[in-house]
Amino acid sequence: MKNFALAGNPNSGKTTLFNSLTGATAHVGNWPGVTVDKREGQYKKLEEVVNIVDLPGIYSLSPYTPEEVISRNYILDEKPDCVINIVDATNLERNLYLTTQLLEIDVPVVVALNMSDVMRKSGDKINVSELSKKLGVPVVEISALKEENLDLLMTEAYEASKVKRVGKTIIENKDLSHLIKDVVIAFKGKGVENPLFHAIKLVEKDEIETSNHPDLIGMVEEFKNTFEDDTFGNDFEALIADTRYKYISKNYSTAISKNPANLDSNHQKVTKSDKIDKVLTHRIWAIPIFIVIMFIIFHVTFSEDILFMHRIFGLNITNPTAINFFTGMGYEGMLEEAGGIAADVALEGVPSIGVFLQSWFGWATGSLIDLVGGAMPEGTWYTSLICDGILTGLDAVLSFIPQILILFLFIAILEDSGYMARVAFILDRAFRKFGLSGKAFIPMLSGFGCSVPAIMATRTLENEKEKNRTIRLMTCFSCGAKAPIWALLGAIGTWAGMDGGLFVFSIYVGGIAVAIVLALFMKLFSKDTYVSPFIMELPSYHLPQFRNVMAHLWEKLKHYLTKAATIIAACTIVIWFLSNFSWAFWNGMVEDIGDSILADLGRGLRYFYYPLGCFENGWTNGPDSWKYTSSIITGLIAKEDVVATMEQLGLTVETIALNGAAAYSFAVYNLFTLPCFAAIGAAHGEQKGKEFWLTLLFWFAMSYGISLVVYFVGELYVVALWAGILVTIVLIGLVVAAGIIVSRRHKKAEITVQA
Amino acid sequence: MRKKLSELAIGETGLIVGVEGEGRIRRRLFDMGVTPGASILVRKKAPLGDPVEITIRGYELTLRKEEAALVVVELDGGND
Repeated sequence: MKNFALAGNPNSGKTTLFNSLTGATAHVGNWPGVTVDKREGQYKKLEEVVNIVDLPGIYSLSPYTPEEVISRNYILDEKPDCVINIVDATNLERNLYLTTQLLEIDVPVVVALNMSDVMRKSGDKINVSELSKKLGVPVVEISALKEENLDLLMTEAYEASKVKRVGKTIIENKDLSHLIKDVVIAFKGKGVENPLFHAIKLVEKDEIETSNHPDLIGMVEEFKNTFEDDTFGNDFEALIADTRYKYISKNYSTAISKNPANLDSNHQKVTKSDKIDKVLTHRIWAIPIFIVIMFIIFHVTFSEDILFMHRIFGLNITNPTAINFFTGMGYEGMLEEAGGIAADVALEGVPSIGVFLQSWFGWATGSLIDLVGGAMPEGTWYTSLICDGILTGLDAVLSFIPQILILFLFIAILEDSGYMARVAFILDRAFRKFGLSGKAFIPMLSGFGCSVPAIMATRTLENEKEKNRTIRLMTCFSCGAKAPIWALLGAIGTWAGMDGGLFVFSIYVGGIAVAIVLALFMKLFSKDTYVSPFIMELPSYHLPQFRNVMAHLWEKLKHYLTKAATIIAACTIVIWFLSNFSWAFWNGMVEDIGDSILADLGRGLRYFYYPLGCFENGWTNGPDSWKYTSSIITGLIAKEDVVATMEQLGLTVETIALNGAAAYSFAVYNLFTLPCFAAIGAAHGEQKGKEFWLTLLFWFAMSYGISLVVYFVGELYVVALWAGILVTIVLIGLVVAAGIIVSRRHKKAEITVQA
Repeated sequence: MRKKLSELAIGETGLIVGVEGEGRIRRRLFDMGVTPGASILVRKKAPLGDPVEITIRGYELTLRKEEAALVVVELDGGND
């Protein structure tokens, strides 16, 4: 089967073209070793089926970003039969810059001139045959969106793939072309493939080439000493980039004849996009507008009280049918909670579409479990395995799907419309202070809803380091499933004048404060002082494409389901086994969870958690401590299980005997520690190898460390209020001082690096 | 008059005459079309004054002040 590679700038319509060509056949993976999407699919309308590989969107074949290195290695090593270079006709100059580099490789190239319909509409004309002649490769005008001329494009590509093509360069600078020729000869002598491409990259002093061919650098250096350009001295990298652009404006841009009506006095087009941008990135209104958009998204996805109809208008729904409709048959459950008194049952406001769908989805999966359970013999271990183990575990994981999809629907729309790039533009300054980019805001905010889509949303962060930091900070943002823990602990908290509301508030705000401090320290302790550049195209706004958005959602869903069916399912089975069997598991399942392996592990673990107060009064290591540690373990399935297990083990508002210090310690531990398996699975999808394990370690160390400090200081408050306050002040002082010292050192290091 | 791109006010236009810096930031600027001889227009600054948005080679590019400080621009007109 022939392989065609799809290469082009970001925002050139590459995704749309790929989706149009491959239809439903596309599948997504990662390129080995990195988390850049690798997408492949088949085109079936030619005489033979052709495999299409979607290379990451790139501006150049420089060696500096993983996307560029992947694309370059793919074309050089995997030798596709043809490269389809998609070029945005409305932005010809910059798009052809990549084309000039692709043409230097010994591979057939076909240029797909996209958005020609938009171009024609605006009255601009492009002379395709002239452009094709000058480039020396076929050029096909297409519209990826309207699927115009795609068959013609593929036929041209198929024909081109039958003929060998030798690389060609446009670098005409006389002296430099002599040097390039000499290096090409040297490469040919070594038997290297694609000599022209390698020669030019070596002349540019490309990192990859210089390390691969140290023997040939001498040639370049020798020539360099004799060479002097008026503008660039002997900086060949600059000279070559400049030569490319000059050549493009001189030779290729003439293929376009602009409609004079499109130019205002400043020779700048005033487009619809500009008008939208005037509002959305307005100096004063940009941030308020952004906040409103974010609020709407999260409100629609996660709110249990849409439009605050309960909070503002006191809306309560008491009609059982209506409650059942809004909560996915939840009336019975609410009745049970109210102790069977129908008068007490009221739904506080109308749930958002996200919560609404989640309830019904939960009802559907719950009914399925009941159905399966009903059909199986009662009381056997395998019924329990399937119903209480696998299905219940999967139910916890699958129940996130509606909210994941809704959140990603919004994110996909924001991304596809071009607004996401503006968000980064607006917020970059503030976030950079913490070593994060403006784009990190959306994943972090999503973290308050659910860590799973939040971690998956870090995919939009280009820089691996920023992505890793953002994922690691994710547990600082208390997700929705942890709320029952705060509710339970808040209900018992009458210690030291603390009330429930204040307790929950302190958990949320404390989490954010820790995230800020940790982000600062991560930035300061990071070994390389290099800040990733923020040199980014702001694409024109356009209406999101239904097809692209759906394709995006489907990819996320598939990714999530795969994780759910593998790693997450395996983990839930293990927990099921631990909580249903004793060490003598051959004797069958235990009646009382207190006899299970889980309970024993809980009992063993309490020694490990001893320094954290073991979540009981003082360091007494009382009889209930194993129950807290057991619920920490089951919390790995889903954070809702923490409270569920506590209740199962008899820890309720009436029986929990934690003092303030222990309660805070337990709460803080649960806040920062490893999230549920679903979120761990999501992290595994975004991080590779060592980074993933470091993330797990980080989560664990962070929760243990902070919990330890909280417990010690908390005990001091119990013993003597003044001592507690004093130590708190000292600790905050220490953190600030450490920050100042490290940042000074950091600055020094930065100066030495620059010098 | 020559100025750093980071010092240009909104609405000012000019011709790039030099790009300083080194390594990947510089290369990235080149790859995005920020090369000597290209004409630019400063369109906008973010609410906190940084990054800036420019028009270059017919498209919109955003870059931080510290990166814009590497770009030397010959201002058009000369009245300002």
